[in-house]
Amino acid sequence: MTTQHEMELIDSATRAQQAMEEELAGEKMIINMGPQHPSTHGVLRVVLELDGEEIVNAWPDIGYLHRGDEKIAENMTYTQFIPYTDRLDYLAPLANNVTYAYAVEKLMGIDVPPRCKYLRVICAELARISSHLLGLGSFGMDVGAMTIFLYTFREREKIYDMAECISGARFTTSYTRIGGLAHDMPPEFVPMLRSFLKEFPATVDEVDKLLTRNRIFCERARGIGVLTKEDAIDLGVTGPCLRGSGVDWDIRKSHPYSSYEDFDFEVPIGTVGDSYDRYLVRMEEMRQSVRILQQAIDNLPDGPVNSPDAKILLPDKEAVLTKMEELIHHFINVTEGVNAPPGEIYFSAENPKGELGFFIVSKGGGAPHRLKIRAPSFVNLQALPIMAKGHMMSDMVTILASLDFVMGECDR
Amino acid sequence: MNLQKAIDRLKVKLGEAVSAPAEFRGETTITIARDKIVPACECLKKECGFDMLTDLAGVDNYGEDPRYEVDYLLYSLAEKCHLRLKVRVSEDDMTVDSVTGVWRGADWHEREAFDMFGVRFRGHPNLKRILMWEGYPFHPLRKDFPLAGIQAELPETAVNADTVRPAPMLGGPFVAANGTRSSIRREPRQYDTLAERQEKLEHPTKKESV
Repeated sequence: MTTQHEMELIDSATRAQQAMEEELAGEKMIINMGPQHPSTHGVLRVVLELDGEEIVNAWPDIGYLHRGDEKIAENMTYTQFIPYTDRLDYLAPLANNVTYAYAVEKLMGIDVPPRCKYLRVICAELARISSHLLGLGSFGMDVGAMTIFLYTFREREKIYDMAECISGARFTTSYTRIGGLAHDMPPEFVPMLRSFLKEFPATVDEVDKLLTRNRIFCERARGIGVLTKEDAIDLGVTGPCLRGSGVDWDIRKSHPYSSYEDFDFEVPIGTVGDSYDRYLVRMEEMRQSVRILQQAIDNLPDGPVNSPDAKILLPDKEAVLTKMEELIHHFINVTEGVNAPPGEIYFSAENPKGELGFFIVSKGGGAPHRLKIRAPSFVNLQALPIMAKGHMMSDMVTILASLDFVMGECDR
Repeated sequence: MNLQKAIDRLKVKLGEAVSAPAEFRGETTITIARDKIVPACECLKKECGFDMLTDLAGVDNYGEDPRYEVDYLLYSLAEKCHLRLKVRVSEDDMTVDSVTGVWRGADWHEREAFDMFGVRFRGHPNLKRILMWEGYPFHPLRKDFPLAGIQAELPETAVNADTVRPAPMLGGPFVAANGTRSSIRREPRQYDTLAERQEKLEHPTKKESV
């Protein structure tokens, strides 16, 4: 007796189609990047959801470098907090010092002499060059161009030497004071800066030649991590990342502080908003910084660097040791701090990474009631999921490098 | 639209919920009723051109009532001006409507204010701690939290005391079990002090006492 079996014959094309669908419906992979990954430039952790090699979603996880700077600030005088600002964006400590000093001076309602303003411009621009050099160097290294890193670090070394000359420390500068500077620049600083300004553009050109038209670099950076103008504004992104997306906004131009209105410089902006545009913006900003530095050193005004108000700045040491009144001011200033009026202010400046702002709530007295640090890296990192979506896993390195964040500032 | 016009429009729209502007060092602050913050932000963004949320900060005014406040710093790229909005939050009901629907950039700022002060933002898509770890029981920027911190348990991690084997010199696999002799007595030089040496020489048959 024979039995009949019904069989369904599936042709190979249908079978392949079925296999494809099954595979695509498969699970997505969750992988963890950081907090010790070299391309995260610090302790950023990103949790990635991958479909094969494509990034479906990215969740940045921050807080690994949280030191509670804002809590610390509430428990000390305004002047005592200056060294903590060195450790925010630790690639540009001079610029942080400058921004913080202006924020407290805005609260106090005082102005600083023109020479101080110009010296602060010099500090801020040197910090900008230093930060961008590191950003570019590590960008190059992350995508495989090791040479750039060595070239840019050679130049950064000179900037560190200058920082040492002007402030006494290479890294943790703490150069500004409320109402002035720790001290005037030493005379040997001027020839140092002049020779740097003479040599530095050649290095920028060299890096330019090595990277800007480098086929491998272009392939890895162009069209990667596009951030549209609308997204950038909606997310509050600032600095080179905002300008790379084509928004012409620079605090040095829109709200000139520290006598930036005296200087002639251009603000570069990008067109597409991809990693390559952000790279180009940083390259051009370094050239513009050289222009600003040249003008600042040529037109450096004479005169005092410190505000004459003895109730704000520490008086001259000699006067403290010989005069009664100065001794009292010195004592009050060190023990109680400057006497700030009650009120709320927000001051922001164009730092290398973007808009660094200090929101100070004062209830009077020598310490802030609340000091909120509006860190550019914190805000810019929010754009990471939008930029990373749809790109390959290996492009993540490019996107992180082009965002150029620093975790000391992001986590505070 | 300039700042004064924007404030006027906001007043027309929300009436009593908007306070008179306060000026300090050229900055304008207006206080908004807690339940009207989202319509106020929507109006300012869509009709008055405040397209950027620059900053959002919580403040703890310990000893005052209402105790907390949330400050929103708005910026208009076209007009190049700032405007600060202030919302007061009492300790009994620490919720504020989230403005993430107005500016996506408010996301992390609100998470930070929640993390540091415990202000809850209603309608936030992902209101988790951001700087402190998940499960941390305190809100560190409150004024009643000490600077030295309070000891709290660390989150469970893949690597902890239960999963890690002790290192070899701390009782791990390559160390001999503790005998009766102390570790000092086990040192080779212990067998060769002057006294030991003399004893060995005088009584060569005497066994080492263990």
